[in-house]
Amino acid sequence: MEKASASAWRKFNARYNMIGNVCKTCNTKYFPPRIVCKNCGRNTKMEEYQFSGKGEIFSFTKIHVPSEAFKESAPYVIGVIKLEEGPMIEGHIVDSGKEPQIGAKVKQVFRRMYTDGEEGLITYHFKFELI
Amino acid sequence: MRDVAIIGIGLTKFGERWEHGMRELMAEAGVKAITDANIGSKDVEIVYGSTMASGRFVGQEHMAALLADQLGFKNIPAVRIENACASGGSALRQGYMAVASGMHNIVVVGGVEKMTDVTTSEATTALGGAGDQEWELSQGITFPGLYALMAKRHMHEYGTTEEQLASVAVKNHENAAKNEYAQFRKPISIQDVLKSKVVAEPLKVFDCSPISDGAAVVVLAPLEIAKKYNDTPIKIAASAQASDTLGLSERESLTELKATKIAAANAYKNAGVKPSDINVVEVHDCFTIAEILAIEDLGFYEKGKAAKAIFDGETKLNSKLSVNTSGGLKGCGHPVGATGIKQAVEITMQLRGEAKERQVNGAEIGMTHNVGGSGATAVVHIMKRAN
Ligand SMILES: CC(C)(COP(=O)(O)OP(=O)(O)OC[C@H]1O[C@@H](n2cnc3c(N)ncnc32)[C@H](O)[C@@H]1OP(=O)(O)O)[C@@H](O)C(=O)NCCC(=O)NCCS
Ligand SMILES: [Zn+2]
Repeated sequence: MEKASASAWRKFNARYNMIGNVCKTCNTKYFPPRIVCKNCGRNTKMEEYQFSGKGEIFSFTKIHVPSEAFKESAPYVIGVIKLEEGPMIEGHIVDSGKEPQIGAKVKQVFRRMYTDGEEGLITYHFKFELI
Repeated sequence: MRDVAIIGIGLTKFGERWEHGMRELMAEAGVKAITDANIGSKDVEIVYGSTMASGRFVGQEHMAALLADQLGFKNIPAVRIENACASGGSALRQGYMAVASGMHNIVVVGGVEKMTDVTTSEATTALGGAGDQEWELSQGITFPGLYALMAKRHMHEYGTTEEQLASVAVKNHENAAKNEYAQFRKPISIQDVLKSKVVAEPLKVFDCSPISDGAAVVVLAPLEIAKKYNDTPIKIAASAQASDTLGLSERESLTELKATKIAAANAYKNAGVKPSDINVVEVHDCFTIAEILAIEDLGFYEKGKAAKAIFDGETKLNSKLSVNTSGGLKGCGHPVGATGIKQAVEITMQLRGEAKERQVNGAEIGMTHNVGGSGATAVVHIMKRAN
């Protein structure tokens, strides 16, 4: 995880602002953004697309045994979120005192993710909060 | 295309093998396999090796050349195959293609993983690379976490219960108790599973395959000359593989593995058999939910029906369909790079009639099912007694 800051920076637009993309050839929206449209191949015409950050919980779990970078934060709740624009994405569901449930509505919030490497660089990321 | 047969098998005991490193494990399984095949080192033309993350676990890459060297196969080509937890099945398929194509005659396929030298959280990070690093692992979504997301959705859609999940582990520990190569030899109860420590809700420690050391090796040859080496060659009747998105949430459904369905459909077609013809199957039960998904996606049960069938005992040894007679990944252990090849070793033992206490009566046709990541790779092989 020590070198993760550069890779986090490359994903800045998506991870901070939930900017995905849309293929102008077939109108399919993607989050996370990708280069090649699954339908259109070499005829892909991608443009940036701002997702609303709203959606609902499709599935969720609470992780008790974490990976190394998340040792300090366990346990934490992860959801598969179906965004209102169509795509699904995994993300943290922050503790708001409410119990997560499949079908429950969520909105995107901006939070600290973990502290990175020896320099203690703080990484931020979108997370989700129950409405 | 030529018919391909397995003429030799070798396995180490799985588990925490702290006195043995990666190369000793490979050598142990390798010597058994070439002895079983009754071949000399000079007979081997190419080696396919599989390990998922030896670089992360022991700092050693370039594993296939090491395997060839450790077995004294001087200067032959050696290729490492990495496909996460499906590395072994994928390597087997490469070996199969090398023989089927006519390019090579005697081919050795070996898999290994030495996982217990690192801490559980380091292992969890390394295994997390089987999923989508940029959108899953980077958010702390572990491997058990991915399968927990599938389990939760399966429970929601089909009413699957934690007791039914637990019954997969109970059955597989029961089989493992009969397998001298298995990591866990102690039968467990549903209560033991339910009471074990939570890893990622609803999965507990006993719903998970363990962290294991181990190696498995097979020797392949064209069927037409296989009898020269072995009285009971086992024919690989079909070898099929498919892929899917690395990220779990990019798929339409969390309750099926499309790659498994596609690979299985191709395997049945190529072997000319249907699910009801299969007598014994080793499926990829990295987590209890994975065995439920597997026997549904492989066509043995309708979607949503497998959990109850397992709970009711239909997949126990010598019942309706014998599933994971080795103990599966859950009971036998899951040294990731070795698993896909170990499955082929188990089916070979079953079809040869050498599985002792865990022998499936009259086993004629068997199947292996190896999954990488949360379903981004699936490999299915169908095997038959060649007679
Ligand atoms: C489940 C898991 C987190 C448990 O690791 P852990 O919390 O470090 O467990 P420990 O090593 O402390 O073991 C505690 C006890 O449980 C036992 N145990 C550990 N994992 C077990 C498992 N999966 N099943 C049954 N028993 C297990 C140990 O033998 C030990 O018993 P002991 O106290 O009698 O010696 C770990 O095995 C794991 O990550 N498994 C998943 C591996 C994976 O993702 N593989 C890839 C899938 S494709
Ligand atoms: Zn398109």
